[in-house]
Amino acid sequence: MPAVQETIDQVRQIDVDQYKYGFETTIEMDKAPKGLSEDIIRLISSKKNEPEWMLEWRLQAYSRWQTMEEPSWARVRYPKIDFNDLHYYAAPKSTSGPKSLDEVDPELLRVYEKLGIPLKEQEILAGVEKSRIAVDAVFDSVSVVTTFKEELKKAGVIFMSISEAMREHPDLVRKYLGTVVPQSDNFYATLNSAVFTDGSFVYVPKGVRCPMELSTYFRINEKNTGQFERTLIIADEGAYVSYLEGCTAPQRDENQLHAAVVELIALDDAEIKYSTVQNWYPGDKQGKGGIYNFVTKRGDCRGKNSKISWTQVETGSAITWKYPSCILRGDGSRGEFYSIAVSNGHQQIDSGTKMIHLGKNTSSRIISKGIAAGVSENTYRGQVSAHRKAENARNFTQCDSLLIGDRCGAHTVPYIEAKNSTAQFEHEATTSKISEDQLFYCLQRGIPEEAAIALIVNGFVKEVIQELPMEFAVEAQKLIGISLEGSVG
Amino acid sequence: MLEIKNLHARIAEDGTEIIRGLNLTVKAGEVAAIMGPNGSGKSTLSYILSGREDYEVTEGDILYNGESILELDASERAAKGIFLAFQYPVEIPGVATMQFLKVAMNEQRKYRGEDELTTPEFMRRVKEAAAELKIAPEMLRRPLNVGFSGGEKKRAEILQMALLEPKLCVLDETDSGLDIDALKIVADGVNALRSPDRAVVVITHYQRLLNYIVPDTVHVLYKGQVIKSGDKTLAHELEANGYAEIIEAAA
Ligand SMILES: Nc1ncnc2c1ncn2[C@@H]1O[C@H](COP(=O)(O)OP(=O)(O)OP(=O)(O)O)[C@@H](O)[C@H]1O
Ligand SMILES: [Mg+2]
Repeated sequence: MPAVQETIDQVRQIDVDQYKYGFETTIEMDKAPKGLSEDIIRLISSKKNEPEWMLEWRLQAYSRWQTMEEPSWARVRYPKIDFNDLHYYAAPKSTSGPKSLDEVDPELLRVYEKLGIPLKEQEILAGVEKSRIAVDAVFDSVSVVTTFKEELKKAGVIFMSISEAMREHPDLVRKYLGTVVPQSDNFYATLNSAVFTDGSFVYVPKGVRCPMELSTYFRINEKNTGQFERTLIIADEGAYVSYLEGCTAPQRDENQLHAAVVELIALDDAEIKYSTVQNWYPGDKQGKGGIYNFVTKRGDCRGKNSKISWTQVETGSAITWKYPSCILRGDGSRGEFYSIAVSNGHQQIDSGTKMIHLGKNTSSRIISKGIAAGVSENTYRGQVSAHRKAENARNFTQCDSLLIGDRCGAHTVPYIEAKNSTAQFEHEATTSKISEDQLFYCLQRGIPEEAAIALIVNGFVKEVIQELPMEFAVEAQKLIGISLEGSVG
Repeated sequence: MLEIKNLHARIAEDGTEIIRGLNLTVKAGEVAAIMGPNGSGKSTLSYILSGREDYEVTEGDILYNGESILELDASERAAKGIFLAFQYPVEIPGVATMQFLKVAMNEQRKYRGEDELTTPEFMRRVKEAAAELKIAPEMLRRPLNVGFSGGEKKRAEILQMALLEPKLCVLDETDSGLDIDALKIVADGVNALRSPDRAVVVITHYQRLLNYIVPDTVHVLYKGQVIKSGDKTLAHELEANGYAEIIEAAA
């Protein structure tokens, strides 16, 4: 029908070329030569003044990785990655561990400013910015600055780059690193274990409610650089923390690899809320360039009555391969996964979650909203399983897909496995199109097509948007608009 | 205000002609009633007027304030003041009625080069108009038309009309599904909008509505044509005798 055809055309036209954050910054970089070898790993480790055990750990992962094969079960297609054609370390030259914002390269601060990231504590404190969020900014491979450190310290919260934590809190890092996502977990996680360069570390001590949102902004800037961050968050007994992750990268013709690992650990009665707004460069109209996002995110509800909640808004990347999961080990623990995945142009998304019920009376909830436009492919892949001992495990899963145009695809692949007969798993799935009637109704009220689609789509994802912290909710709604642009205002 | 001249239109998909040489003129300040048997093309006419792309105009023209609107898309026509109260209002899940109203009002203002409404001003207008139509504030927080009863949907249409302040209002069977009290409230809402620079086209099957919204002209639509026009007495005639005589006379 004509109206829909027009929408499709518009989506096609604008799609990803309008990537808002696609500027490149020229900053002097300190880069390792291309390629991966033990020597490169030693170089990374020594650049970061790491303890000996860390180097051992990396080398072990590397030798393991050499025996592994790239997984091929996901519904994504891409040319083979030449892992020797990448730089595994790149750091802005002038920022070998700034003590305060004054020491950060002003050019870098300008980059973050352009991205709208509140790095300047003074401004925030002076009330220029309404929200108070502590930020750890990761530029290419290195964490350049962490804000609000002092205030967090007073509360006993440790929030710093993971390389710093390795030096300042080696016992904590050693105790928890790799305990949720083991070194040998999967191809990308193992690669990450060998070569990760930085990321954030959070420890919230017993009974402490983290006084502000913690946030990391990742930016890939250098050409041919793989970005391998490692994030480790621990909420000790009765602690609470909310963590936000945002990402951008410049527009480039070549694909860039991003393979992060995030580990969350919640002890007794602790709660971790992890929110992501992923906006990596998706590639151009022809599907050239864009980020390959192969990420392993997993949370361990290790303690009783602990809770881990993942909320993600995925709008960017050429390829997304990502399954934030929860291991519900502690009795009475709860896992949640709220997801919005928007694909347009030639983007391919294969994302979902795993809820692994091990403890008694554990519960989980999955709400997934996939929106596909252009010639994109959007797959939800989810696994819910109950162990033999997981008495009274409960899961509710709802997967809704919305198609814009008729050249895109949405797929739902649920795996359900209950080894305990008391488990109660519910699964609901719907696929719909924005109807001609809805579109015409909006147009008739004077709402142009782009704005109408934005409105309808935002209605469709509302349940998930509500789970995001305020600041992110607004940003996410705008982002969904931008990524469907041409169809969205 | 509205001049439809020898309009021929068909369904874009399969080419079926629905409107077959229709002529109709509605002046500013006038209330025109359109009546006619089921399937005669009344709703189709309202869609074509408001720019639905499922239909193709093959001949004739539609002039609005003297200018052809055939080249304008639906949202432009709306912003220029053409409003259609739907026979079957559409559900928009997840979008609060309030939010929808705000987007619609501001998009129209943007098109006309006016500033966006401030939130307090918007709220004031919505509250006032909702109270007139006896619409509970809770309803405005619910997703538009989702789970609304038939009568609530129709009232929500009139609420939108009141807030958007269109110049040409087309009401497609707004009376169907309304109880007697609601009918009166809705009619009062429409009458409140009557003004010398505004025209209202009321599509209905029943005299009942026309007792409250008294029309200046009545037109009978049959097989995509206006086969008879008259004043309000024509509606009484139809109520008493049905369409058979008129159809025969036209044949
Ligand atoms: N998109 C369409 N596809 C197929 N047939 C259509 C379409 N639109 C209208 N028609 C047909 O055109 C004719 C006129 O329909 P329309 O809805 O305009 O009638 P109406 O006068 O409003 O009737 P009612 O009084 O029942 O509301 C009907 O036969 C209808 O089935
Ligand atoms: Mg009709």
